[in-house]
Amino acid sequence: MRLNYPANLKIIRVPCTGKVDVIHLLKAIERGADGACVIGCMEGECLYNRGNFRARKRVMQARKVLRSVGIEEERLQMYNLSSSEGPKFALYANDMTEKIKALGPNPLKAAKAKLKAA
Amino acid sequence: MIVAEQKKLEEIVGQIQDFNKILLVGCNECVTVCEAGGKKEVGILASALRMYFLNHGKEMTIDEVTLERQCDHEYLEEIRDMQDKYDAVLSLACGVGVQFMAEKYHDKPVYPGVNTCFLGATEERGLWTERCQACGSCILAYTGGICPVSRCAKRLMNGPCGGSTNGKCEISKETDCAWQLIVNRLKALGRMDDYEKLMPLKDWSTDRAGGPRKVVKEDVQL
Ligand code: SF4
Ligand code: SF4
Repeated sequence: MRLNYPANLKIIRVPCTGKVDVIHLLKAIERGADGACVIGCMEGECLYNRGNFRARKRVMQARKVLRSVGIEEERLQMYNLSSSEGPKFALYANDMTEKIKALGPNPLKAAKAKLKAA
Repeated sequence: MIVAEQKKLEEIVGQIQDFNKILLVGCNECVTVCEAGGKKEVGILASALRMYFLNHGKEMTIDEVTLERQCDHEYLEEIRDMQDKYDAVLSLACGVGVQFMAEKYHDKPVYPGVNTCFLGATEERGLWTERCQACGSCILAYTGGICPVSRCAKRLMNGPCGGSTNGKCEISKETDCAWQLIVNRLKALGRMDDYEKLMPLKDWSTDRAGGPRKVVKEDVQL
């Protein structure tokens, strides 16, 4: 399966999406990532039962924080697939890239540059 | 434990926006358990505040530290040298911790990051409910272990009132009638005789109405 997905996507492996915490998502944005998505197993198929449900809740919590600080919450997304679904992974990666392209770069990068110049 | 809830970001921002360097201090005890002011919440709030101020064009330093407790001298002392380097402290401890911090660091502005709500229990993850109002003379022995001071809307000592309906309090269908709970429990304990006894007037002199209170244990004082 030689599938293409956008090269600007950096993959971070975790043992289970339940390991991803709110602070990891926020730190990604705080440090300048244009977006971050969590791609977990299908709901109901978590090896640890509720890992991917926790992950979804945390993505939602982190999105709420972004909203409160004035950054587009769509920069954080949650997707689900089963491990054998390569094409779906490529689809999600493209979807995420499209979403971020539509939003433009992380506003914090410009804000930081502006403060430095001042 | 003491149950608290984090304040809305706008309120916190309003408190600290005129400063440039903030020390955000969490507490490892009650507020960690009720997920309002522990190390995790400190991390999230610090990140949120840094992003907020950056996004609004302001250079703001927000540093983080979480103490074992903020209501004890020995732990508060740990930040004596550190706090000097900041314009203000934002504390995520309960109101006790915030005040103790303000007393100890007299010339340092200290702001509360949480609303301290009540003494309660964790019913389930993400749900905390009130159990005690620290009235200072506990009557749980006579009420089947259920507190009418904190859980009956009218603080009745000989309930229920006429508003008790199908086990719920008249203030809301969501709220259990404390006196129904008391009757149920006394029945289960085979102690309904106790229920028949009239409870005397409660001694409220130990309650907050008598002004700020104090507990002294001379045996352990040095
Ligand atoms: S009777 Fe007083 S001390 Fe006892 S649980 Fe109720 S409020 Fe707390
Ligand atoms: S309904 Fe029950 S809990 Fe509510 S005020 Fe009356 S006795 Fe108290």
